[in-house]
Amino acid sequence: MSILLRYREFVLALIIVLMVFGIGLYAPAFVTQDSLIGVLNDTSFLFMMALAQMLVILTRGIDLSVAANLALTGMIVGMLNEVFPDLSPALYILAALMCGAILGFANGILISWLKIPAIVVTLGTLAIYRGSIVLIAGGKQVNASEMSSTFAGFPKIEFFGLNSVFWIAVLIACMIGLILTKSRLGRGLYAVGGNPVAARYCGIDQARAELFVYTVAGAVAGLSGYLWVARYGVAYSEIALGYELTVIAACVIGGVSIGGGVGTVTGTLLGALFIGIIVNSLPVMQVSPFWQMAISGAVILAAVVINARAETRPDKLILPEARRAAARGRI
Amino acid sequence: MIANEKTDQRYQVLDRPPRRISELFLRWESILVLLLIAVVVFNTFISPYFLDLYNLADATYNFSEKALIALPMALLILVREIDLSVGAIIAVAALAIGLMGDLGYGPAVLFVTGMLVGLACGMVNGFLVTSTGVPSIVITIGTMSLFRGIAQVTVGDQALTTYPQGYLDLGQTYAIAMPPIPLSFLLFIVIAIAFGFFLHGTSTGRRLFAIGSNPVAAEFSGIRVNRLRFALFTLSGLFAGLGASLLVARIGVMRPNIGLGWELDIITMVILGGVSIAGGIGSIPGVVLSVFVLGLATFGLSLLNVPGIVINVLIGGLLIVTIAAPIIVRRVINRPA
Repeated sequence: MSILLRYREFVLALIIVLMVFGIGLYAPAFVTQDSLIGVLNDTSFLFMMALAQMLVILTRGIDLSVAANLALTGMIVGMLNEVFPDLSPALYILAALMCGAILGFANGILISWLKIPAIVVTLGTLAIYRGSIVLIAGGKQVNASEMSSTFAGFPKIEFFGLNSVFWIAVLIACMIGLILTKSRLGRGLYAVGGNPVAARYCGIDQARAELFVYTVAGAVAGLSGYLWVARYGVAYSEIALGYELTVIAACVIGGVSIGGGVGTVTGTLLGALFIGIIVNSLPVMQVSPFWQMAISGAVILAAVVINARAETRPDKLILPEARRAAARGRI
Repeated sequence: MIANEKTDQRYQVLDRPPRRISELFLRWESILVLLLIAVVVFNTFISPYFLDLYNLADATYNFSEKALIALPMALLILVREIDLSVGAIIAVAALAIGLMGDLGYGPAVLFVTGMLVGLACGMVNGFLVTSTGVPSIVITIGTMSLFRGIAQVTVGDQALTTYPQGYLDLGQTYAIAMPPIPLSFLLFIVIAIAFGFFLHGTSTGRRLFAIGSNPVAAEFSGIRVNRLRFALFTLSGLFAGLGASLLVARIGVMRPNIGLGWELDIITMVILGGVSIAGGIGSIPGVVLSVFVLGLATFGLSLLNVPGIVINVLIGGLLIVTIAAPIIVRRVINRPA
């Protein structure tokens, strides 16, 4: 038990189970199967966006432009649907992935090639992408009535009661999990974030790693854009406004270190689930939705303050001389 | 005379090479001055209403409050920290002002209330950052939700609109009649000069540069790094509170979404002002210049009826291009033949 408690993911899962249990005592309606499935369906966007953001944060970066990318790609795909109403959903998905990946690639080029800090680049592209929505759509919005049934129907297709957005999130989680644990590129991301200088001496291409993570973050944001617009039935300039901070919060609660090099797929998913449960349980508990922001703020602070103690571990001394010197108190 | 003995020195400190004219032109502030001239000339040609004293005075309303908060933000970014919660602190401070207004307090009390609440929020940030050692971007994302959440919980979808006329006058009339200068702009100019003197003329200012260049080395050279960090977060909160006092007086209403997204506008001002996000580089004149570039560009574009969100596109592009251009130029110049 005490060994298990050392795993951040286990503690977080325990807290989530206790939280669901507590909410269930107060509002039994929340722990019904339908309601819990609803939580998973609603949190699907957060699952995939948080996973993609985790990749970026692993390399010591940050991508503030994902929500703007989501909204812009959603609008582009929505307008594509107006022109070509009868394409198969696979083509809309492909278009959304491409469009999002291009926007993410632009971030990646500026960050990896020109070495401009990620927060500066994505702050700029955040404004550019958001504003471009108004430029390309001329200030109008795409409504559910203008969407074709194949376009709007796809996110509502259900397997085992869970909608296709959730299953796409599962697919993305598996792919990112495999990349991070099994591929050289994925292990390289931890190395680049953990110690960029050492990674460079090991022959890991930092620029390539950064280009990869921002492109993936963009592609996932773009895909979410199509699914979001189709699911909620509207595309306009302010969808998912400020969502980038919720995504980053999910990562932080899930134990991804903003200093780079630390983070797991399981932790991030649990962090997103945590936020999803809070957001979805407030209406059931008849708490005003205005509480949502204050609660998630308090939770983020509690999570990082508790994590802070765990993260302060000293560097390992490898050479025997260094260890002897440290024992004599010279280092 | 020990001071004159140079023979057995172990290290030799080289004199600074003489300044060249070309360096002056490559300075960030020079680029900003050129940009500012371009903006003024462009706007003057494009609109006859631009160079009007009263129009310009009213234009300052739109950026002075943000510009005030940009000053402590510049110091924070200089020491490798960041405060994303300033917009939310505005909401909490405005909440306190609104509640005190409902209770019927006078202008001075309302104004000071905003500043004190901001100060308290800043101290919370400073305490959390210095006591946990967690990166300030994470802490202030948390306090951003918390502070704005407090405002949302208290006010909900209502608005607080009861303020004495004397308070509203602070934000809606000119502090000086001729030339017309609003209070917020007057405060910005005076405080910017004070900040410039503090950062570039005092030893504490030099310490901030040292912390930004290398926090560990700064700590080991006897600088109380955490105490200064705490002070800067407190300062940032205080100025966000001051911004709230001015903003509520100007618009006469407090809603929970007041100041939403301001943190990004303010950080854009600071970064365009040449403060390096990696710390240790930056100047107050640069930040002031970038405030004027952004403020006058926005004003000129809105005279042309360009929608606000399109102005954001141009400002985002301006941010990236002004930072990328010198890097590309340097790459091209330094390319091995």
